[in-house]
Amino acid sequence: MTLHHYLILAAVLFCVGLMGAFTRRNAIVVLFSVEIMLNAANLNFIAFWRYSDNPELLHGPMFTLFAIAVAAAEVAVGLALVIAVYRHFKTVDLESINTLRE
Amino acid sequence: MTTTTLALIPLLPLLAAILTCMLKDGRRAAGVAIAAMLASCGLALAAFNEAWGMAADVHTTFNIPWLTVGDTAIPLGFVLDPLNGAMLAMVTFIGLLIFIYSSGYMKDDQRMARFFCYLSLFAAGMLGLVLANSLLLLFMCWEIVGVASYLLISFWFHKPEAAAAGKKAFIITRIGDMGFLIGILLAFKTTGTLTLYDDGQGLLETLPTGMIWGVEVAAVISLLLFMGAVGKSGQLPLHVWLPDAMEGPTPVSALIHAATMVAAGVFLVARTIPLFEAGGTLPVVAWVGAITALVAAFIALGQYDLKRILAYSTVSQLGLMMVGLGVAGVSVGMFHLLTHAFFKALLFLGAGSIIHGCHEEQDIRKMGGLAKPMPVTTIAYLCGTLALVAFPFTSGFFSKDEILAGAWATNQPVFWIAAAASLLTAVYMTRQCIYVFPGTHRGAHTPHESPCIMTVPLVILALFALGLGGLVKDSVLANLPGEAAQHETIVIVVSIAVALGGIALGWLIYRGRALGQENDPLAVTPLERKLWFDELYAATVGRLWSLAIIIAEQLNELLHFIRDLLVTLANKIGTGFAVGGDRKLIDKLAFDGMCNQLRSAGHAVTRPQHGFLPGYLRLIAVGAVALGVLVFWIK
Repeated sequence: MTLHHYLILAAVLFCVGLMGAFTRRNAIVVLFSVEIMLNAANLNFIAFWRYSDNPELLHGPMFTLFAIAVAAAEVAVGLALVIAVYRHFKTVDLESINTLRE
Repeated sequence: MTTTTLALIPLLPLLAAILTCMLKDGRRAAGVAIAAMLASCGLALAAFNEAWGMAADVHTTFNIPWLTVGDTAIPLGFVLDPLNGAMLAMVTFIGLLIFIYSSGYMKDDQRMARFFCYLSLFAAGMLGLVLANSLLLLFMCWEIVGVASYLLISFWFHKPEAAAAGKKAFIITRIGDMGFLIGILLAFKTTGTLTLYDDGQGLLETLPTGMIWGVEVAAVISLLLFMGAVGKSGQLPLHVWLPDAMEGPTPVSALIHAATMVAAGVFLVARTIPLFEAGGTLPVVAWVGAITALVAAFIALGQYDLKRILAYSTVSQLGLMMVGLGVAGVSVGMFHLLTHAFFKALLFLGAGSIIHGCHEEQDIRKMGGLAKPMPVTTIAYLCGTLALVAFPFTSGFFSKDEILAGAWATNQPVFWIAAAASLLTAVYMTRQCIYVFPGTHRGAHTPHESPCIMTVPLVILALFALGLGGLVKDSVLANLPGEAAQHETIVIVVSIAVALGGIALGWLIYRGRALGQENDPLAVTPLERKLWFDELYAATVGRLWSLAIIIAEQLNELLHFIRDLLVTLANKIGTGFAVGGDRKLIDKLAFDGMCNQLRSAGHAVTRPQHGFLPGYLRLIAVGAVALGVLVFWIK
C-alpha cells in the first residue's frame, strides 16, 4: 500500500460525493454527498500525515478531528436548514425551491 | 429756388391728401386742400418767375441720391426750366380754381372729404411729374396720377358705368405705360442713367447712340415713351378711355381729363424731345396727332352727351398739340397745351355748371334755352367755345395758328388734316351751343344759375381763355425751345376760314330745326357708335383677354394639379420618413431594439442565477477545476 492508493481512494470518494451533490435533488442526499467529500478530504489529511517525514507530530489527526467536529456542527446547521426549508416549502426537492430566481 | 422750396410744391398737396384722408368733414377737408394748393400755387408762381428768365437750354437741377446698387446710382431729383416752370404755374393755377369750384360742386356729396383727398393726391402726382428730373421719378408720379384718375373717375362707384369707366381708363393707359416702362428700361440699359439733366451727364444731354434690331436706339426709346404718351393723352388708338372717363365728377373731368393729366403725355414728349429729335421720330408724333385730331373731332359730331362731346374735343385738341410738337417743336405744342388747359377747363367747369343747373342732366337733347336762366355760365361757356374753335384773337386762335403754320412749313398733308379737324371742331361746338343755349328748355326741371363759388372760377378762366393767348404768345415762343414757323398768308386764311366756316356750317345745319325731336343730321350711326372703337377693342383686346382668361384658367388648373401632386408627394415622403425612419429605424431598431438587446443581455446574465442549488455547485466545481488547471499550468 503506498500513498497513491490512498490518494486515489480519496479522489474517488470526493468524486462520488461531488457527483452526488451535483445530480441529486434531495437536499438531504446532497448534504450526505457533501459529508462524503469532506471525508475524502479527511482521508487525504490522514494519508499525507501517515506518509510524512515525522508522523509523531500528529498534525493530520488534529486537522481531521477538527474537520469532523466542524462537519458535525455543519450537519446540525444544514439539517436544521433543511427542516426549516421543508416547513416552508413542504418539500426538500431542490428543483422546486427556486424562489431566489424570481 | 432751393431744393426744399421746389420739393414743397408737390409735397404740400401730398400732405393735404394725407390730412384730408383722415378728415370726415367735407368743408374742412376742402379748406385744407385749397390752402395747400394756394401755397403750392404761390411757390409755383415764384418758381415760374425764376425759370421764365432763364435761357431755354439752362436747367436748374437738384439731384438727391436715392438708390445705389454697386457702382450704379439712381438719383431722384427735380429740374426747373422754362418748360416745366410754365407747366407748374398752369397746373397749380387751374388746379386752385378747380379746387375752389369743387368745394361748391361737391358740397352735397357724402364723401366730399375723400374727394378732396384724391384731388390733392392727384395734384401732388401731377406736380411731381412736372418737376421730375428723372425718368423713374416721372414714371412714379405718372402712375400716381393714373391711380388718382382711376379713383376719381369711379368716384361714384355705385354707378356701374362709373366703376367700369375707371377700370377702362386704368387698363387702357396701362397698355401705353407698358411701352413707357420698357422705354425707360431700354434707356437705362443703353445709357446707364435715367436722370434727364445732370451737368452734361444726363440722358437728354448725352443721348443714347447705337443700333438695336437695326434701328436707332433713340428712335426705339422715343417711340416707346411716345406709347406711354399715347395712352395718357388719349391718342388714337388708345383714346377710348377718355370719353368714358366723363363718368367722374365734372371738376375731375376739368382738372384731370382736360387740363392737366391728359396733357402729361404731351408734356412727356416735350420733356424728352431731344430723344425724338435724335431718333427722327417726330413725324410719327405729328401723324398720330393729326389722325387723332381728325377722327376724334369727327366722332364728336355725333354725340349727345354734353361732357362726351367735350371729351372727344379734348382728344382732338391733344392730337393737335402732338402735331405742334411734331412739326414745330416744344414751344408751339406747349403753347397750345397752356391755352387749351385754360379754355378746356373753362368749358368743363361750364358744363359742370350747366349740368348742375339742369339737375344732373347731361343729354343736350333735354337742354336748350339756358341762356336766360344761366347768364354768367352761358357767357363764360361761349368764351370757351370761341377759344376752342380758334375764333380770331382768342387764345386758341394764336396757339392753333402756330401749329398750322408749323405744319404748313414742314408737313403739308398734316396741315390739311389739322385744318379739317379745326373745321369739324367749329361745327360740333356750334351744334352743341345751339342745342344748349337758345330756344326753350326741353328738360323736366327748371334750370337755375350756379352759386358764386362756381361762377367766379368760370369768369376768371373765361378772361384767361380770351386774353391769355395774345398776351403770352411772344413770351412763350421766345422762352421755350423750338422755332416758330413763318406765317404764310394761306395759313392765316385757312385758319380763319375753318373757324368761321365751321361756325357758319353748324349754324346752317341746325338753324330752325326742332332739336331733340327729329333726327339729328350729324348723329348718324357710325358717329353715335364712336366709329366702333369700343367694338373693335371688344373684338380684339377683349377676345384676347377672354383667351388669356381661358389660358389662365387652364394654367391655374395645371398649377392646382401640380400643387396636388407635390402635396401628395410630400405626404408620401413624409409618411415614408415617419414609417421607415421614425417608426422602423428609430423606434423599432434603435429604441426598441436597444431595449430588447439590453433585456436579452440581462436575461443572459441572470441565467446563472437560476436558484437551482446543485447548479451553483456545479459552477463552483467547474471554477475550482479551472482554477486547479490554471495553477497547474502556470507551474
